[in-house]
Parts: sequence; structure tokens; C-alpha cells
Amino acid sequence: MTMTSIGIGEAPKRKEDVRFLTGKGRYVADIKLPNMAAAIFVRSPFAHALIKSVDTDAAKGAEGVVAVFTGAEMDADGVGGLPVGWGITGSDGEPMKEPRHPPLAVDKVRHVGDPVAVVIAETPEMARAAADLVAVDYEPLTPVVSMIEALKPSAPLVHEDVPENLCCDWSLGDAAAVDDARAKAAHIARIELVNNRLIGNPMESRAAIADYDRARDHYTLYTTSQFPHVVRFLMGGLVLNIPQHKLRIVAPDVGGGFGVKQFHYAEEAVLTWVAGKIRRPVKWVSDRSEGFISDRQGRDHVTEAELALDADGKFLGLWVRTLANMGGYLSTFGPNIPTNLYAPLLSGVYKMPAIYCEVKVVFTNTLPVDAYRGAGRPEATFVLERLVDVAAIETGIDKVEIRKRNMISADEYPYQTPVIVEYDSGDPMGCLEKAIEVADIAGFEARRHEAAQRGKYRGLGLATYVEACGLAPSRLAGQMGARGGLYESATVRVHPTGHVSVMIGTHNHGQGHETTFAQIVSDQLGVPFEDIDIVFGDTDRVQFGMGTYGSRSLVVGGAALAKAGDKVILKGRKIAAHLLEAGLDDIVFEKGDFKVAGTDRSKSFAEIAGAAYVPHNYPLEVLEPGLEEQAYYDPINFTYPGGAHFCEVEIDPDSGEIELKSYVAVDDVGTIINPMIVEGQLHGGIVQGIGQALFEHGVYDEESGQLISGSFMDYCMPRADQLPSLTISPHTTPCAHTPMGVKGCGECGTIGSPAAVINAVVDALKPLGITHVDMPATPNRLWNVIRNARPTSVAAE
Amino acid sequence: MGFALHRPSSLEEAAHQIAGAEDGKFLAGGMTLLPTINQRLAAPSDLVDLSTLPDMVGIAIGDGTLTIGALTRHADVAGSPDVRSTLPALASLAGGIGDPQVRHRGTIGGSIANNDPAADYPAAVLGLGATVITNRREIPADAYFLGLFETALEADEIVTSVRFPVPSAAGYAKLKSPASRFALVGVFVARFADGVRVAVTGAGPCVFRVPDLEEALTAAFETHALDRLSIDSSGLNSDIHADADYRAHMVMVMAKRAVASALAAR
Amino acid sequence: MNVSFVLNGKPMSVDVEPSTRLVDLLRETLDLTGTHIGCDTSQCGACLVMVDGESMKSCALLVASLEGAVVTTVEGLASPEGELHPMQQAFRENHGLQCGFCTPGMLIAAVDFANRHPSPTEAEVRGWLEGNICRCTGYQNIVKSVLAGTAAMHQSV
Repeated sequence: MTMTSIGIGEAPKRKEDVRFLTGKGRYVADIKLPNMAAAIFVRSPFAHALIKSVDTDAAKGAEGVVAVFTGAEMDADGVGGLPVGWGITGSDGEPMKEPRHPPLAVDKVRHVGDPVAVVIAETPEMARAAADLVAVDYEPLTPVVSMIEALKPSAPLVHEDVPENLCCDWSLGDAAAVDDARAKAAHIARIELVNNRLIGNPMESRAAIADYDRARDHYTLYTTSQFPHVVRFLMGGLVLNIPQHKLRIVAPDVGGGFGVKQFHYAEEAVLTWVAGKIRRPVKWVSDRSEGFISDRQGRDHVTEAELALDADGKFLGLWVRTLANMGGYLSTFGPNIPTNLYAPLLSGVYKMPAIYCEVKVVFTNTLPVDAYRGAGRPEATFVLERLVDVAAIETGIDKVEIRKRNMISADEYPYQTPVIVEYDSGDPMGCLEKAIEVADIAGFEARRHEAAQRGKYRGLGLATYVEACGLAPSRLAGQMGARGGLYESATVRVHPTGHVSVMIGTHNHGQGHETTFAQIVSDQLGVPFEDIDIVFGDTDRVQFGMGTYGSRSLVVGGAALAKAGDKVILKGRKIAAHLLEAGLDDIVFEKGDFKVAGTDRSKSFAEIAGAAYVPHNYPLEVLEPGLEEQAYYDPINFTYPGGAHFCEVEIDPDSGEIELKSYVAVDDVGTIINPMIVEGQLHGGIVQGIGQALFEHGVYDEESGQLISGSFMDYCMPRADQLPSLTISPHTTPCAHTPMGVKGCGECGTIGSPAAVINAVVDALKPLGITHVDMPATPNRLWNVIRNARPTSVAAE
Repeated sequence: MGFALHRPSSLEEAAHQIAGAEDGKFLAGGMTLLPTINQRLAAPSDLVDLSTLPDMVGIAIGDGTLTIGALTRHADVAGSPDVRSTLPALASLAGGIGDPQVRHRGTIGGSIANNDPAADYPAAVLGLGATVITNRREIPADAYFLGLFETALEADEIVTSVRFPVPSAAGYAKLKSPASRFALVGVFVARFADGVRVAVTGAGPCVFRVPDLEEALTAAFETHALDRLSIDSSGLNSDIHADADYRAHMVMVMAKRAVASALAAR
Repeated sequence: MNVSFVLNGKPMSVDVEPSTRLVDLLRETLDLTGTHIGCDTSQCGACLVMVDGESMKSCALLVASLEGAVVTTVEGLASPEGELHPMQQAFRENHGLQCGFCTPGMLIAAVDFANRHPSPTEAEVRGWLEGNICRCTGYQNIVKSVLAGTAAMHQSV
């Protein structure tokens, strides 16, 4: 046998790569079904308007048109509103306001791009031409874009039944304790900041195909989703009232998600409903312009915060007040992100005796906001790490020193924060020390000096972070308002030949699950890596699952997989005990063989698999044939990856142009299964965070509510020529409670990097007395900051 | 989309075809026109494809001039040893347009006929005082660029080549939009025996010259000649990438870089 | 209208509307779905194909322009026997892809680059990739892959 098992910590090349490298990936837009029609959505050009009437007659008569439907027709058919998966409760004990979100708008549109009707035709071109003939009579209303404006008593109401546009006035922590801390503080550092609106833009735009099988009374939806089972539950159970066993959701290869594809979207429900009406398959593929006005967006906070310190620079307390934008409707996880995934992370890696955070969750006439890579945790990290830097500047304590003085030391874990979460493990000091070494902090002042000789401001930025991921312990999530569980499931099916199929409820859209999960099985069962197939993304093939988001796939899904593997080994030992005529306790499983301990008698894994399916001589009374086991895993705690990131930038004071010179990341992601894949995840995450810090900005016109940054011409994402080579150097401690000690790594980069980059920018501008720069730090913004700090600009001479 | 496509074999035929179309457009490299149609921002009834016309591609050195055929692609200008030796600033400008794939398709004629306010070539054509040669006449650059996407071209007039006078020194510098790769501000500076020309793209609704800068650089062709100058931001573009004040300031920054590059290339 | 060209080594003749874009012919008519559409402003590079040895945007290219051309898509990079092209192999070895959506365009751009630059610098690779957007990888391993693939292509010649 030449093929061998591949274990944990090795870096085999990815199983999924060959199909993508040869153009054989199968994304939703690649799928063609016989007799398939095309759908085009008619979308609102207004950010806020009443719908007086929708006249579809002309469109229905156009060439090739199969049908045209409106929100009123779906309403009349009993279609429900799009559901919200989390319900939060305000500090006054009142549940959040949860206005109805019809899949197609009925009386009113609440953001540009709100879908009003759907046109079905023989081809997309015909549907598009007919869509232009749908006559919607709008009565435009004044839109409200800014949260500060939205909360004013005179503001237009996005939802008539939500006074002051306030979805929820939420808080966490101990206000009195923080007041005490502020009262006795030697210094209070204060910051006001904006966490910029982001648009995720996975390279594959969203798409869906719905099909209805009349003979079986059965629906199939192919969709670009990170969580097909959840779509089945939400859409079938709550929107369309299709029984779960009559509905199959397939999410095949998906071209990037980053959160954008982890929601149940209107288009999914509309297409599925339409397929039942027209009794033909129907396909919709978003183009990029449409994606900008129909995908969920991310971040968008306005925050003020204060950090109280004693005379030694020790943190006494943290006070945070945030406005969080929900856009025009609540999305699947929307209200959960700026509350439960934000405030509990505000302690960071520090000993913070008191924390109080209040969050006003606000409706505006903008695209709905929900989770985007990091989701709440980058926002928390940005507030805390910016504030710590401001404190360092104002107290004159070095930025590394002030962090060290307050950092939780490795021997203080587990560490209970004042904001719900208890960190199980970590070594932030170890991460920081290593980062100091790798980033050559000792040499920085010489580099700053050398840059100054060239007329450039050079800055060094540091951010530490901790995140809560591995979503999530259902018990805790339930306490926080989750309306579902957050466990994961895996089935390990051993075929009679010893080959293995794994059915798992997570979804692979770039994270390398097909490789990492196969490594886990190969390591555990001793089965050759090549003999293992990972099956995901199809509710008819996979038993159940919650999908992929919140850095949960390996943490929760991998744990379910390991647990199912344990069950396979146990059953294999029972079969071996019978075949080898030994007691169960005498059978040990080692390196792929079932052995009678202390003897040379053994059976290979493949032999046991064969015997399980050919039970000629088999104790049927005590043992079932077959070798297939299933496990569900619900974690007992979140996992808490963390780390320390250093970034260096150079700014041309005359032009505001900024260059990223170096980036060092030391992350504690727990046990690393595949270092190659982990490094790739960190690269991608860091660069998305750099995108937020330097380039990306979803901008709406305040007057009209139009999205100004509505194409790749105006929404700027990082490109290869704007980036340095990143240095990744992990420093890990095993998670105390996950089976393999893993913590998750998908979001680390995005969480640490915005603060590290902006801290570097502010450090570069230190000579000008600047303490904060909002994101994105574009050349124009930096030039304005520099100009306002000094009345005349100084040429680089 | 859906349009009729014409493949003329002569300039006369092309002009005739465009005149006969309800809403016709000439197609050169298509790097602007086809994406515009894809986005449904334009829906022409007819495209007249100029790529099949003879004698529209090529680079020729004359007596103190460099002539580039209208359908010569950016990549070919950027890579041409003739352009690199006689007018290196132009080669460098062409090599910085869009991205490699745009440069493999886009043409100089298409660029200046479209006259996008943020395109690079108009800065070179105006900055060098080139002559735009069409199927009907020769148009001096100063009379060619009229406004936002507006040129002196008649509806059925076709750019066939551009003739550049070879300066004693020239440089181009741009601040590009990190998203679109177009110029937020691009400045072309060219020094001739009778004076210096300065053309700015990206900053206003149409490429324009800056007499103050030209005068200062004619007096002394060095970056310090610009030190105490500035330009007025009124009338300049202001958008989410760059406000008008910033653009005005960056015109000066880019002008200095263009001069420095011209001096370095000498 | 009828257009004849060579696609992935095979001569072919197609009958198309004059307005048909190459990417639509490939994806919808010929079922070569490896060439992707990632934007509608011709900026993302997901649709790149090789035309007469140069990478081009198939979303901004009319089939009508291809008379007599030689076109290679991502499906035509590996040998007919399935042996990966050295650039494909380099992407695999260096984890140069995650979700795979930008990958076909990246490969085409990379092969075009390698043909022109036998011994490139990292900065040259990064500069060349300005027309290809990737949201997953942060480009680092793509750059590494292109450098490795370029070296492999010039070794194997």
C-alpha cells in the first residue's frame, strides 16, 4: 500500500483544487435544467417610497414572458415575512421591534433595490426587457440615511410601527461600576469613531435556481448559500410553509461567502414560490450592480467610548455607546451582530474590572446590515485597541507597555470577563512577545528616521485581539436570544471496501474543508487520505447542519466529525472482538488496525469494514450490520482565538498617499490541523481588514439614499499591487474544551487588522498631534487630516 | 444587448454605415463601449467595427514627429521601442492605462474619441499639442477636446491616427483611483523649444491646460518652479474618491512628479 | 453570423448573434463554465481567456471579433490526458486558491505573464495582477504560485 494516512498538522495539497484549477467547479450559475425559465427582479429606484400601484399588464404581454408576480400576490397566497434568527431584548425589558419583511415589497419600499416584482421569461434578456415594462407608481418619501438623523423626533419613519426608528435600546454590563471607575480615574481617554459600512462582494455573485417536481410534490432550490439546512428550515418552515421533507436545498460550489451568503434572502423564497406556480425550473443570477443593492452589507457603527485608567496606566473601566445601523429591514442575524457579538468582546485580552456598553439598533433607508467576516468582533476590537492607543498617547506610556500592564497572563486562564464570556485558554503575552520579535520592533525607530529622511511619515501600529467564535454553545446562544440551536452534525459512512464518505452540515466555500476534514478522519481512522470524501451542501445527502459562519466549521463541525469517528472505532472494536474472539476491553485500535492488546492478532480497518457488511458469521443478536455512525456536537463554550498584529505604514505628507510597508500577525488559533490552509485563511482575513482600513466604503447619498459606491468602479477592494507580503507566525495554545483543541481561524485576520492599520496611521501622524483617523484612511482623508492639523501643507523636501 | 454589427472595409463605408444607423457607435477596442452596454447604460442600435479597416494600426517616426495609428493598442504603444526611445513618457502613460487586459484591447483612437474625463491619453494628446488626424481633416489638440465626453469629431468622423511632435522632455504622473484605475488626477508635462505645455486629466470635466504652470515651467523647467504656485479648485471634480480641494492640490503634486520624471528621462 | 476560430486546440465554427459576447458563448452555448463572470464593469478578471496568446476579458469581447483567432480557456490549459499545466500545478502546490471563483482568470493572467517574463520579481507579478480581484487569498499565495509557475514553465521548456 503506497497511500498512507495524513494526520493532524500536515499540509497535504487540497482535495478540492483540481476541479477549480481545471474549470470544473460547479457553481449555481453553471447549472442548467431542462425547460428552465429566467427571473429578473424589478427593484426600487427610490430609497423610501410608497407603492401606489404595480401594473404588470404590459410586461405580461411582452415577448417570451411566462409570468409576472408582485408582493401583493405573494401576500394573498399567505407567504410569510423573512424571519429573524435572533431576538434581542432592550435594557427596558422590551423585545426588539421586529417589523414584517415581505419577500417582495407590498406597500412601501425601504431601500434602493428593494424588490417589488419578479418577471419570468424564456431568457434573461426577455425578462429584463419585460421588467422595464412593469409600471410601479411610487410616491417618493424623504429617506433617512444617517443614524443620528434617524433617531431625531422629526425623522421620517422607515417602519410606521417603529417610533424613532429605534429597533432596540440594548445594553450590557454594569453602568454603576463604570461610573465608579470613571470617578476615581487618574485619566480618562476618550474617542469618537465611525466603523465604516462595508460591502462583502464575494467574487461569485448570488444566484438561485428553483424547481418543482409535480409528480413528487417536491421542491428543490439550488442557492449560493453558506447554510442550506437553515435556508430549508427558515424558508420552508416560516416563509413558504413547505414541509421540510418536501424541500431540498442544494448549495454546490460557492464562490466565497464572508457572511454575505449566510442569510435567507428574499430571492430564494420568491424563486421557490414561483417554481411552484409556473411548474418549471426558474433561474436568477445577480449581476454585480444588482448585488450592490441586494446583498446584505456589514459594519456601520457610530461610537463614542471612554477608558478610565489609574495613575499607573491600569485599566479601571470601559464605557461604550454605539449606534448600529440595521438598514431598512432586520436581516437573519442582523440585531445579534452589534450586540451579542460585539459588547462581550470589549474586554479584549485585558483585565478590565468594569464594562458598560449600550447599543442603539437603528433602522435607516439603506441596505440591511448583517454579519460580514468578523461580525461585531472587528468593531469591538477597533474601539478597544484605538482607545488603548489614545490612552497611551495621552498618558505618555508606551503602547506596548500599557498593553502589557493590563494583559491577562497565561496562568490567569480560564478568565471570566465582566461581560458574560469566560476565556478558556490563551497566551496573549506570548503572542505579543513573539510579534515584537518577528516584527523587529527594536529596529522601528531607525526605520522611522530613515523614512523621515525621505520626507515620509512612518508609523508602527499594534493591535491585540480576542474573538469569540466556534458559534456556538446553544445554551448560551439561547440566553442571548438565538431562536435556534448552533450545534453541528456529521455522519461517517464506512463503505464495505473501507472507503469513507463523510456527510457534514458545514459548507465549504474556500475554507478547504474537503481537505481538513479528510485529514481528521485519516488521522483518526488510519484510512488513506485519498479514500475519504467529504459531502456537504445538500439537504438530501447531509442529515442536518447549521452551516459555515462564525469560524465554526472546524470547531463545531470538526468536533462532531471526531465524535462520529469515535463511534465508528467503538463499533469496529465490537466487530473485531467478535472476529478475533476477544473481549471488547482487550481490543485496541492503533494506526488503522484493530488489535488484541498484547498479541499479534489484528484485523485491518478495511477487513472490519468488509465484515460489517458481510455478516455471515456475525453476532446479530448483539450487533447490527453496517459501519456508519452519526454524531451531533454542541460546544460547551465559545472558543477564543486571539493574537497580536503589528503593521507599518508610510505616509507622504504632501499627497496623503499611504503605503503599507509590513504586516506581522501572531495568532493563537489553537491546534492547527493544516498549517497551509490556516495561513491562507489568515492572509485572506488580514487583507479584508486592510480593505476596511484603507479602501472599502459603502457610501450613500444623504439626500436621496442612493448608493454612491455601487460598482467596482467606486467600491474599492484591495488588489495585489497595493499589498506587501504578510508575515504569519502562529503562537498557539490548545482550546481547553474542543476535542482537538482547535479554536478557529477564519475571522482572526479581519478582526485584528483594521485596528493595527489605523493605529499605524495615527502613529505615523503623531508629530502632528493627531489621535484618530476614521476608516478608510484614503489619501484624500489623510491629506485633509494633515492639512487641518497644520494650516499649510509641507512639501516632502 | 442586441445590435447590428457592421464590418466596413473602408473609411467611406464606415462613415456611411454610421450615418445610416438609428443610434450607431463606432467600435474600436471596446474597453469602454462594451462594458457600458453590459451595464445597460447604453443600448446602441448599430456598432460599426473599425478593427477590420486597413492602415489604422502602427507607429511611425517622422521628422520630429511620432505618428500612432488610431487602432494601435495601449500595450503596443507601451512596448514599442520607437515610442520608448523618442517619447518615453507616452510609452509609460500607455503602460499605465487600466490593467494588462485593457491594454491588450484598448486603442488610442478609441480613448480620445470617447474623451473620458479621467482617461490618460487625452492628457498626452493635449499636453504634447498633438494633431488628431481623421478621415476628413487634421484637428489640433487645442481644438479637439471640447467638454465632458465631447470632442470636435462630427458624428461620422473617424480618428485615423494621432501625430505627436517629439518634445525635448516630457513626463506623466497620475494619482489613480484604486478602484477604477482611472486617473483621479493625471498631469502631462512636455517641454518644447518654444515653451512648456501642461495638461491635466481626471481633475475636471474635461482635460485642460494650465497656463500658470506652463509659464513657470517655460521660465525654469524644474520642480521648484512650481513651489509657490497653486490652482483654483472651483470647477474641479469632487466625488467620494477625491474632493475638489484635494484634486487641486494633487495637480501640483503630480505636475512636480511629471517634471521630475521628464528631467530624469533626459 | 458565422465565426470560425480555434478553441482549446479544436477548430470550430459557430453561428451567433452579432452582439454575442465571448463569455456568453462559452458559458451558455458551449457549456464551458470555467470562465466566470464576477462583475459587470469589466474590472474583476474572472472572465479572462487567452486570445492569440494574450489574456483578454471575454466579457468585453464580441465573438464576431474572433474570426481566425486561437482561443484558450481554463479548460484548455491541462493536457488532453489531464496532466495539469505547470501554472495549475503551482497554484495547487502553493495554495493559490480558496473558493476557486477567480482562479480561472488568475491562471490565464498568470500564464500570459509567465510567457512574457521569464524571471520576474514579486513586484512585477503584483503589478500584472492589477486586473484580477480575489476576495479570499489576500493574493499572497497567488503571487507565490505565479512565481513558482513561471519558474516551472521556463524550466520545462
